[in-house]
Amino acid sequence: MDFYGGIKRLQEGLASGEWTASDLVGHSLATIETYDAQVKAFLRLDGEGASSKVARVGNNGCAPETYESHETVHPTRSPLAGIPYALKDNLCVTGMETTCASQILRGYIPPYSATVVERLERSGGVLMGKLNLDEFAMGSSTENSSYFVTRNPWDLSRVPGGSSGGSAAAVAAGMVPYTLGSDTGGSIRQPAAFCGVVGLKPTYGLVSRYGLVAFASSLDQVGPLTHSVEDAATVLQVIAGFDERDSTSVKVDIPDYTAALTGDIRGLRVGIPMEYFDTGMEEGVRRSVEQAIATLRELGAQIKEISLPMTRYALSAYYLIAPAEASSNLARYDGVRYGYRATDPANLLDMYKKTRSEGFGPEVKRRILIGTYALSSGYYDAYYKRAQQVRTLIARDFAAAFAEVDVIVSPTTPTTAFAIGEKTDPLTMYLNDIYTIPVNLAGLPAISVPCGLVDGLPVGLQMIGRSFDESTLLKTAHAYEQAAGFSSLRPTLVKEVR
Amino acid sequence: MQLTEKDVEHVAALARLHVTEEQKRVLAIELGQILAYAQELQSLDLTDIPPTTQASAGSKTVTRADRPRASLPQALALANAPDEDEGQFRVPAVLEG
Repeated sequence: MDFYGGIKRLQEGLASGEWTASDLVGHSLATIETYDAQVKAFLRLDGEGASSKVARVGNNGCAPETYESHETVHPTRSPLAGIPYALKDNLCVTGMETTCASQILRGYIPPYSATVVERLERSGGVLMGKLNLDEFAMGSSTENSSYFVTRNPWDLSRVPGGSSGGSAAAVAAGMVPYTLGSDTGGSIRQPAAFCGVVGLKPTYGLVSRYGLVAFASSLDQVGPLTHSVEDAATVLQVIAGFDERDSTSVKVDIPDYTAALTGDIRGLRVGIPMEYFDTGMEEGVRRSVEQAIATLRELGAQIKEISLPMTRYALSAYYLIAPAEASSNLARYDGVRYGYRATDPANLLDMYKKTRSEGFGPEVKRRILIGTYALSSGYYDAYYKRAQQVRTLIARDFAAAFAEVDVIVSPTTPTTAFAIGEKTDPLTMYLNDIYTIPVNLAGLPAISVPCGLVDGLPVGLQMIGRSFDESTLLKTAHAYEQAAGFSSLRPTLVKEVR
Repeated sequence: MQLTEKDVEHVAALARLHVTEEQKRVLAIELGQILAYAQELQSLDLTDIPPTTQASAGSKTVTRADRPRASLPQALALANAPDEDEGQFRVPAVLEG
């Protein structure tokens, strides 16, 4: 047994008695034991918690479970019952340390769980632990974690991407069948692309962010990283839905996402944004994506060239808006109520300054400073407000495109995974997110699916959908995945040891 | 876009961050580069373009019934406090002396 065959296969095994929920936890722990000393995806393991959860959900994942303050039992045979998973360490779990990979939150024990965590727990999910990230989700390589660097299971000298690098690496190395990450400018899709797994960023407002530590509130969204599109649909089914505790949560009907996975995309209109292909894309990435487009055509989709003229301004707008919101969100870390407090401050102001200077890492400080500058008196109109206006134009670009096409296809990243330590200046690092950022600015759903290997490293294909039309997006991604046969890619690391 | 070390110092004070002389020098360059990149936005004509403040398409202000509910118990709210006393967060004096 392993986790590459997908969640449905694991459920079949549980139902038939081929294996038990304890076996799944055992396999997860054994795989983590084998590979995580090298990969370093987990910040924290909770084997005991996982075992006691299995005792509660039963070995076939079907035992009823009681919850205080909520419905009394989880549905029998929930598709996630008895299935191990892990969380990016910016999602709160009652009683389990949550650090955001920052020193300022070292030792912080949340008194509540994120809504997405509650939903997975009520579905009988078995939490294995918390995963590494760039500090406060600010970064594209997981090198900004203040604890350690996570490595790409395809090549240990390379980054797994970021900021959900631990979430992508853990799935790629077969340690858990799925993880949750968060995506503010590409932080689910880019690491999914680098690690050869599926990463879904849902529409802004579809999945509750209650209990997700805030980075940039008008952009952040929670989503799954999985081995297949079907698994992404299965996890989304459980985590999507209105939550009154998130003021940006939208009340929409949640369709049956797996029902959309028919494999039939004949007549579907697929848009190729020419601006995305103008930029510094690696030749191998271009070839893989062009091949993927040819596959979509063979499946009966109509391929149309489209234009998103404001694309070139997205990065600038993002790197004003996201830091501005971050500077405001991170003002709460002051050493008063939780987290780190500096020793021997002269007075209250000195305590704030010392605490924050010692607790935050360099990239977080850089973004707080940029954001503070963009919001400061005299610069607000020139920077922050202008960026918000450009954001309107970017959203209009997409709206115009979606009048002509149903799904937009591009690479997820301009390159495959880069080497650890390779990108030293902030701007070069930011350029990595050039294809993913416009999507967050417009609040749209998007998915990255593997579309091949270049020199032994995975390439990600990004598909972008209309707001709240995850069904069409997943249907297209699934049809492609089935035709292309790149699902369940096994990284070199895992092959070697087997 | 040129940022001076004095600018960095000012912004750092607003953000409640200490910066050393060496950090000031490096940050003036790094932040200046990022802002220079963002300068391209100045070339756009944005007359009559409304700013987007949030990305939800169909979002409306949702209110709930005004009924009291249990809040976080005091002990739990204080559980993570670096320093607490008699059910309150304790901090250093606001002013010295």
